Amino acid sequence: MDRIPILKMGPFLLVTIQVDMHDQLAMQLQDDLTSRIVAVRARGVLIDISSLEIVDSFIGRMISNIAGMARVLDAETVVVGMQPAVAITLVELGLSLEGVRTALNVDKGMLLLQRSLEDPEAEQ
Amino acid sequence: MAAGQVLQQIIAKAQKELLTEWLQTQTADGTARADLMKESELREQCREFLALLQDATRNGDMERLSGSAWQPVFEFLSGISRSRVIQGFSPVETATFVFSLKQPVFNRLRRELSDAQTLADELWSASTLLDRLGLYTTEIYQKTRDEVIARQQQELLELSTPVVNLWKDILALPLIGTLDSARTQVVMESLLQKIVETGAAIAIIDITGVPTVDTLVAQHLLKTVAAARLMGADCIISGIRPQIAQTIVHLGVDLGSVLTKATLADAFLVALKRTQSTLPKHLSG
Repeated sequence: MDRIPILKMGPFLLVTIQVDMHDQLAMQLQDDLTSRIVAVRARGVLIDISSLEIVDSFIGRMISNIAGMARVLDAETVVVGMQPAVAITLVELGLSLEGVRTALNVDKGMLLLQRSLEDPEAEQ
Repeated sequence: MAAGQVLQQIIAKAQKELLTEWLQTQTADGTARADLMKESELREQCREFLALLQDATRNGDMERLSGSAWQPVFEFLSGISRSRVIQGFSPVETATFVFSLKQPVFNRLRRELSDAQTLADELWSASTLLDRLGLYTTEIYQKTRDEVIARQQQELLELSTPVVNLWKDILALPLIGTLDSARTQVVMESLLQKIVETGAAIAIIDITGVPTVDTLVAQHLLKTVAAARLMGADCIISGIRPQIAQTIVHLGVDLGSVLTKATLADAFLVALKRTQSTLPKHLSG
């Protein structure tokens, strides 16, 4: 079964979702990611969804769940590169991903993670 | 003799006289509108209509006005309706173009027929015919108007959603006019598209030009803000007039965690600080 790769970059984990997410894949990602956070003691997770064209409420909730799980494990989650159509869909579905931080691209997301690592008090 | 046959004979026989009387009727009741249309043009239209009507009554079905024989008549009438919408005729004046033919036709029928029963039948069939043709012009008139309105709405939609690049990483979205669902959709799409193109970090939504903010409009605004946030851009809402601030509080609208500012200038300053851009020296005074 195919898996979504999780890359380690310094104290952060980088997840790039490049295939259509089906539910099984999403559950697998949750499992893998939480174990990796614990294993490498990651301080931040960056999820790049720039190639994700279609979302449904399940995927939306899954992203939100991952952020929640990561926070419990003391890691910040930043979702980057969301497509306009995806953003509109999520808002129409009533999922505004409260508590998940977002950035326009991987560069800006990394900057955001680094800043929150340097200065945990200055979080928005 | 079938109903309508006399009418057809009259039109064929006395077309010239009918035309003259018809024109007189139109001039007399003031629907000819010499200020909007030349008399020669009207005469030409009337003549053509009578000719087409003659063909149609001869070959076509008088009861249902359907079939290919009536096609030219209806086409001609839609042409007339459309041109009159543009020339500025009222719907009444447009329909009266057909209805005013009744008087000359009835006069002539009365002269031709002595038997009361036949006369009544013929009058009835002529009246129904002209009524339906007249109502058809009204329908086309209405349709043409609707088309104009739809086109203007579309143009407004396109015109009224500019996204302005104010500064590096800062976008401004001056909203003008009432926000309904369709417009929110367009606004949202163009804002998000622009965010992708420019990589902006902050978008200022200026609602100085929005006349009223009710719960629905507020909800639409919040949706836009939420979508922009999902893309990774913060939003500031500016241009809230005093009355609007009062309405928002009275309605109990919760603008949530969205930063709001009274003027675009204030919002711009905050945006500059957030993006850590600096104003040129002579402006920062």
